[in-house]
Amino acid sequence: MSATLTGSTTTKRDRDMQPAVKLNRPKGRFNLPGGAAGWLWLAIIIIPIYYIVITSLKTQAGYFSQNPLAFPAKPTLENYKMVIEADFTRYFFNSVIITVGAVIPTLIVAFMASFAIVRGNGKFLKGVNALFLMGLAIPLQATIIPVYLMIIKMNLYDSLLAIILPSVAFAIPLSVLIMCNFIRDVPNELFESMRLDGCSEWQTMWRLALPLTKPAIVTVGIYNGLGVWNGFLLPLILTQSPELRVLPLGLWTFQGEFSVNIPAVLASVVLSTLPVLALYILGRRQLLSGLTAGFSK
Amino acid sequence: MSTNNLTTSPLRRQRQKAVEASKGKTGQLAWLAVPALIFFIVFAIIPLAGVFLLSFTTWDGIGAISVAGIANWLSVFTDPGMYHALWLTFVVMILSWIIQTPISLLLGTFTAGSQKYRALLAVLYFLPLLLSSAAIAIAYKALLDPNFGLAAGLHLPFLAQDWLGNPNLALGVVIFVIAWQFVPFHTLIYQGGVRQIPRSIYEAAEIDGAGRVKQFFFITVPQLKYTIITSSTLMTVGSLTYFDLIFVLTNGGPGNATRILPLDMYLTGFRANLMGPASVTAVVLVVIGLVMALVLQRLGGKDRTGSQLEGM
Repeated sequence: MSATLTGSTTTKRDRDMQPAVKLNRPKGRFNLPGGAAGWLWLAIIIIPIYYIVITSLKTQAGYFSQNPLAFPAKPTLENYKMVIEADFTRYFFNSVIITVGAVIPTLIVAFMASFAIVRGNGKFLKGVNALFLMGLAIPLQATIIPVYLMIIKMNLYDSLLAIILPSVAFAIPLSVLIMCNFIRDVPNELFESMRLDGCSEWQTMWRLALPLTKPAIVTVGIYNGLGVWNGFLLPLILTQSPELRVLPLGLWTFQGEFSVNIPAVLASVVLSTLPVLALYILGRRQLLSGLTAGFSK
Repeated sequence: MSTNNLTTSPLRRQRQKAVEASKGKTGQLAWLAVPALIFFIVFAIIPLAGVFLLSFTTWDGIGAISVAGIANWLSVFTDPGMYHALWLTFVVMILSWIIQTPISLLLGTFTAGSQKYRALLAVLYFLPLLLSSAAIAIAYKALLDPNFGLAAGLHLPFLAQDWLGNPNLALGVVIFVIAWQFVPFHTLIYQGGVRQIPRSIYEAAEIDGAGRVKQFFFITVPQLKYTIITSSTLMTVGSLTYFDLIFVLTNGGPGNATRILPLDMYLTGFRANLMGPASVTAVVLVVIGLVMALVLQRLGGKDRTGSQLEGM
């Protein structure tokens, strides 16, 4: 109808002018197959997690003698102590460094690029956008061999920076996509009034677009942060020193060294998850919306 | 409708002109995209070209790189191991989709309901999302122990198998653990999708006498078309990156029973020090990823201008 007459850009602009669609929860609907699947799936999720937690509190003797699903006769935190003494604090801080070190630059460069793509025009920016969109369809892990070669040539092999730089690059396409969608939703009238007030695009970006894009920035930050925090391939390939291990890598080597001491291995699993679990308890909604990074939008 | 159209479109055009006028000059704004572009070109585009070039070279990962012509391609494509890995990759991809999609769809619809207990269940469902693949793999190794794992705990002797040592069982275990890890993610996507379906459609269906099951198949599922495509795209392209989970859980074994393509690339390149053949595998991975994304996108039709995965 009107879209065919005036082109799709108009409808897109038009959509921006409408209030956000209200969420419609189907309320109070009885759902038998869903319920059955729901409780069954709960068991599938909870039993393994319960097993991990209680086993991590068992002594090795208890592990071998008790029923595996029974609560430990003598709960002990000895395993946790052992894990922490095995340099897990260092792994924890390494993980924090690479996560913060990768997420913050990603957010800054992706935000600036998104602002330019939405607000600017011309072939260059269109090309940049197309390039990032293409990047979404490529399993970037497949480029790990040349990344490894380049990191060696740059003399960065076996450093935390070696993990950070490719992490930023891999995170850019999706971050730009989500932020662009958000900046597009900012009513044009607001940009217009900034312009009439004599603000430069640079000022508009920081004073108008940044505050309005905050939810998207948090979402993208969480999504990328979790990806880097739990990432395994880049640290495995681009570092080798024990003192540069990040948590997932530390878990893996710990498991290799202490494979006979299952309670301690599982204590390391629990410990490595605690920071994210704390985040989940504190800001579940934010975290969950970050996890899907707006895929469900 | 058409009169409405005539009155509104000039206004719209005017507004569009204003939009164009208010946009900054390209020269001012373009440089804002440059930092992101540099990162992406250096660590994504150059490696992408690099992996193609390296597939025509011989390199052990440490020493000098020498040109090998098409030798790597010939050796990889005459190696039955490659076809085995390719086959396993597709088996994992397709079985993962068949298992995860209905479960996620059902759970997504279920948790989208507003009942309190469902919200509570949802909090627990999403716990696996917090764990790293390495943590999940390590935990499952302990869980699957026939003597001290779940089988002994639940007193179910049929669960006491050598899950990771039996080539026929190991692949099933891998597919199960992948589902355990990723169903919560897709449930979350479907939950969001279901909540966006307008309530009025269900009300209309109820008036017409459609039951719950009919509503699910004739409203929920069709309304979730794009969510299904998004979720399926993420699932299939994602299955080309399952590396860490399988690496820690089985390391491709027993034998080659779980050596899927991404793992094969790592083991060939970084363990056997054959970077040339590993690069060939990487090129194959990139091509499969692009083709899968394009095919799924085509299935979704071209009317998805507002879609999140536009351009995939």
